[in-house]
Amino acid sequence: MTHTDLIRAATQTLVDHADELTQLDRAIGDGDHGLNMRRGALAIQARLGELDGMSLNDALKAMGVTCMGSIGGSSGPVFGTFLVTLGKELPTGPASADLARAMDVGIKALTRLGKAEVGQKTLLDVLDPVRRVLEAGGTDLVARVRECALASATATAQIEATRGRASFLGERALGHVDPGSRSMALIIGAICDTL
Amino acid sequence: MKKLINHVDTVLAESLDGFAAAHADIVTLGPARQFVRRRTLKPGKVALISGGGSGHEPLHAGFVGHGMLDAACPGQIFTSPTPDQMLAAAESVDTGAGILFIVKNYSGDMMNFQMAAEMLDKENATVVINDDVAVENSTYTTGRRGVAGTLLVERIVGSAAEQGQGLAELKAVGDAVNRCTASMGVALSSCTVPAAGQPTFQIAADEMEMGVGIHGEPGRRRVKMTSAQDIAAEMINNVLKDLSLKRGQEVILLVNGFGGTPLMELYVMVNAARLHLDGAGIKVARHLTGSYVTSLEMAGCSITVCAVDAPMLSLWDAPLHTPALRWGM
Repeated sequence: MTHTDLIRAATQTLVDHADELTQLDRAIGDGDHGLNMRRGALAIQARLGELDGMSLNDALKAMGVTCMGSIGGSSGPVFGTFLVTLGKELPTGPASADLARAMDVGIKALTRLGKAEVGQKTLLDVLDPVRRVLEAGGTDLVARVRECALASATATAQIEATRGRASFLGERALGHVDPGSRSMALIIGAICDTL
Repeated sequence: MKKLINHVDTVLAESLDGFAAAHADIVTLGPARQFVRRRTLKPGKVALISGGGSGHEPLHAGFVGHGMLDAACPGQIFTSPTPDQMLAAAESVDTGAGILFIVKNYSGDMMNFQMAAEMLDKENATVVINDDVAVENSTYTTGRRGVAGTLLVERIVGSAAEQGQGLAELKAVGDAVNRCTASMGVALSSCTVPAAGQPTFQIAADEMEMGVGIHGEPGRRRVKMTSAQDIAAEMINNVLKDLSLKRGQEVILLVNGFGGTPLMELYVMVNAARLHLDGAGIKVARHLTGSYVTSLEMAGCSITVCAVDAPMLSLWDAPLHTPALRWGM
């Protein structure tokens, strides 16, 4: 397993679930999240050969820049900034605690960028619980990270949105899963399945 | 889905090519269709750059030209453009007097323009538009959306820029126009994003979405359809409450179609709106009626009221020549 296998799995799940993501976005956004993530995923897949020859850190940074230049909307800067931050913060051959630490820096970068915090129905509500699981470590880590990501995304349905376009709906966003959180959970799930 | 398209993936590119060809006397399309810019720049003038998701035509590219924008960056449909587009546009239209970005208040637009502004090594400032009174403002939320009031800001700031005002002054003019502009929208139907292939929301034949934005997204609440007069009254009341105007105040009234509403109905709304404003002692100094800030084929309209003084009116009236709006030249 190389980092290219992980990238292929993480991007392919977005392509495969594009319709589901768009469906979620139609309920509380403007109905294009799946299309935008698919565009970003395909842009990254088009560079797989190039990414294969890079270190993990450089590949993460390159993918981040590709997201920023291809996805648009808020997902471009958000996913892009998170990937670039991981690329900058991870040591070579990272352990789970290193990943938790890099994610913490990434979450802080997203907080600055989007002025959002945990608990506001954004992908931070997936990233932060996953970071805490990684930080605590222990046995069956991969399975627990996977479970945490998917369950946290589902749980965003119970949060009222105060950031992003769903915030314009007020309480009407309740009961609907946040599309960005679902995307992040799919990515994390696919990586866990491949590891 | 029934649309005049060739392929969902080429709608934007083909539309931009057609737009540039149809208005070749005023605009040109930048490399890789990253931006639309004025054919002829005015040396020493602050460059005004806006942009946002596509699907709102003629906003923003239709407002590029004398008396309005210097460049517009089109994103994918309802998706903000990326920072490299804003940087390429800035590089292309900068004449040394600085860059003013005009941005509608959406998370995506704000982030992408902010990233561009941070990367740009030219003097720049940003005016943020948030005229939609249907969204409650709070320091804890994304805040009010930018909707049709964008046209008024782009026009009045564009006019001031044409007269040679500097970057700081223009930023102040833009913020001032935004503060005295308020809008509210109503949708009678949703719209279909071509790549999604189906309407963004379902709505019954006797229902409307009150307080809707410009992306086919659901509004604040769904209510039973009622008369134009009642709809206009609710919208105007919300707008006036927000602006707290005094009797005798002069305003510009923009009744804006969302793309699927006949001009005939828009004029019914203009009539209802002006009678209601008249009852509140507000004087309509200028009218603008038409589909200018649209949401693909969504039916419905927004009403925008902008409180003006004599200097603002004279900026509004100054010569203007863009693909979508033209007067005085």
